[in-house]
Amino acid sequence: MRPDVWRLRLYVADGSPKSHLALLNLQRLCEQHLAGRYKIEIVDLRNNPALARNDEIVAVPTLVRRLPSPIRKIVGDLSSDERTLVGLQLK
Amino acid sequence: MSLRRSVVDHGNSHVGAAIPTGTRVAPPSQEDLPGVLLRRQTKPVARSIPKARTGVEGLDEVTGGGLPAGRPTLVCGSAGCGKTLLALQFLVNGATRFGEPGVFMCFEETRRELAENARSLGYDLDRLERRKRLLVDYVRVERSEIDETGEYDLGGLFVRLGHAIDTLGAKRVVLDTIESLFSGFSNASILRAELRRLFRWLKDKGVTAVITGERGDGQLTRQGLEEYVSDCVILLDHRVDEQRSTRRLRIVKYRGSTHGTNEYPFLIDEDGINVMPITALRLEHPASRARVPTGVGALDQMLGGAGYFRGSSVLVSGTAGTGKTSLASHFAAAACGRGERCLYFAFEESPAQLQRNMRSIGVDLAPHVASGLLHFHASRATMYGLEMHLATIMKAVRDFAPDVVVVDPISIMSSAGTASEPMLLATRLVDFLKSQSITGLFTSLVVEGTGDPRSEVGISSLIDTWLLVRELEANGERNRGLYILKSRGMAHSNQIREFLLTSRGIRLRDVYVGPEGVLAGSSRVSQEARERAGALVARLEIERQTRQLLRRRRALEAQVLALRSEFAAEEDELQRRIAEARARQETLGKDLAAIAASRGDGAATPATASRRGSRARRRVEAGA
Repeated sequence: MRPDVWRLRLYVADGSPKSHLALLNLQRLCEQHLAGRYKIEIVDLRNNPALARNDEIVAVPTLVRRLPSPIRKIVGDLSSDERTLVGLQLK
Repeated sequence: MSLRRSVVDHGNSHVGAAIPTGTRVAPPSQEDLPGVLLRRQTKPVARSIPKARTGVEGLDEVTGGGLPAGRPTLVCGSAGCGKTLLALQFLVNGATRFGEPGVFMCFEETRRELAENARSLGYDLDRLERRKRLLVDYVRVERSEIDETGEYDLGGLFVRLGHAIDTLGAKRVVLDTIESLFSGFSNASILRAELRRLFRWLKDKGVTAVITGERGDGQLTRQGLEEYVSDCVILLDHRVDEQRSTRRLRIVKYRGSTHGTNEYPFLIDEDGINVMPITALRLEHPASRARVPTGVGALDQMLGGAGYFRGSSVLVSGTAGTGKTSLASHFAAAACGRGERCLYFAFEESPAQLQRNMRSIGVDLAPHVASGLLHFHASRATMYGLEMHLATIMKAVRDFAPDVVVVDPISIMSSAGTASEPMLLATRLVDFLKSQSITGLFTSLVVEGTGDPRSEVGISSLIDTWLLVRELEANGERNRGLYILKSRGMAHSNQIREFLLTSRGIRLRDVYVGPEGVLAGSSRVSQEARERAGALVARLEIERQTRQLLRRRRALEAQVLALRSEFAAEEDELQRRIAEARARQETLGKDLAAIAASRGDGAATPATASRRGSRARRRVEAGA
């Protein structure tokens, strides 16, 4: 894996529209700005409840940029591209 | 039960209701008592909601059994007032005493900080977690680390909480302080909606939850949580008045249950929170007929021969230095001597000083302290507010379980509060002790010159037995007199006794009431001398009179003797003459008979005999 590959983890806890929207928005933005050098991981807390505590997740959906460091957390359905990109430090 | 007692004193007055002969009074048994109180506080069992006991001393009494089970309770108050502590005790007690594991979600303190705080109470959170009785989840929300874009909810929180509850089988949950979320996330409307959802969800889960909230301006909590948590709301208050801090608890709301609505003072100490309930303003105290010796034999005599009633309240008033503490110490020593436990609250002297002073009058308290029957609790009255004093006293009583309690002095409380507060404190203290059937003795300082001691703080109306030690000033010296102002329910002396502190303890002596009034001290001594002299004189007089009587009797008897002997002599003489006359007569008769016989003319009649006899006699006389 190339060192500059972005690792993004999206935490969801239900099959709500918010979660779907977040995923869709995320995929779109990644394609636009990080084509070919990103990896999205979906964690459904319903299946993995212990991770909620370990990874300190309170709100869902939460997007965590694990690489590159530092860790950044973005909460919400990512409906604002501007804010999302700022949050991911792509802008 | 009749009240006939043989009273030695000359005067006695009967105060209080006398129980007529034949009536038997049966007080409720000790086991009945808590049930009686609880039943009175809540509605009949069928209509009362199930409650989760907190295990916090006094709180379960005040709430009628604890917090509403399966419902959320809001505990609010300003910083440092004890919310976290209350929640922690609720959870740990549930886990260790009531078989209900719990989850502690903390939003402000870290797990380590919480464990440190808990350790000061003797709680080992790590151990409880290992044994799956407790779970602590620190929810860290750092605004600077989070960006918000669009819609979200607190699903992660739900997952964490749900997972924790399910893992443990928890029945109790604490959220402390959930309002911290508002500083982490900026969308207040989402948060409010989610909190509403959370509390409904907790109810569905059937867990008893304690939510803490920081006090807000003009409302109970900063974020208005009281709108969502409406089953039970408890407010904690921490005030500082004149450099003294007071903590109070109030149940603002408790749906489905009757509850005390007053403010209850509470303490926080090494055992945690300690609430003082007012259980007994209903005046349901049992009344014992047993008696407790006062420690001074003569005083027992003045009190109908047996001392104070067990479980009654005794007040000893007097001006400075009159010996109130000495009386209290005699009482304590007597109790310990019987093997009873005594708790002595000293608010003026240190226990060491008190013991030293008491030794000088022959009361040695050291062995009782050593044996653990006597325990001193000393502090300056001005150190705490009144509620703290009351809370401290009540807690000490609960911990030590004494049979008798001494508060020396109780009057000093007035320096620790405003005018009406000492009365309130005294009322609650007296009530509390009575409800535990503990005999309480209180000393009270009366300011000299106020004259009638009845003008004291209305505490006297609560008191069953009131002793007054007074200065008797006369002839250039001051002595002490003790008398009983009142003693409910028993015949007692109305005499003033002279009150002496000797090296062998307290002594009571009758005073003299001379023409000048009550005499004591040297006046008494001189009066006694006078009376002794007077008695001597009287005795001598009696002896003299007796001797005189004796003399006269003897004289009389001698006279009688003389008269008798004189008479005896006379009697002899007369008897002799009578005998002579008789003899002569006899002889004469014989002579006449002889003459008649010699004349031979038959029987001489006495008449003729006498004629002849007289001629014969003359002849005989002439011839003799």
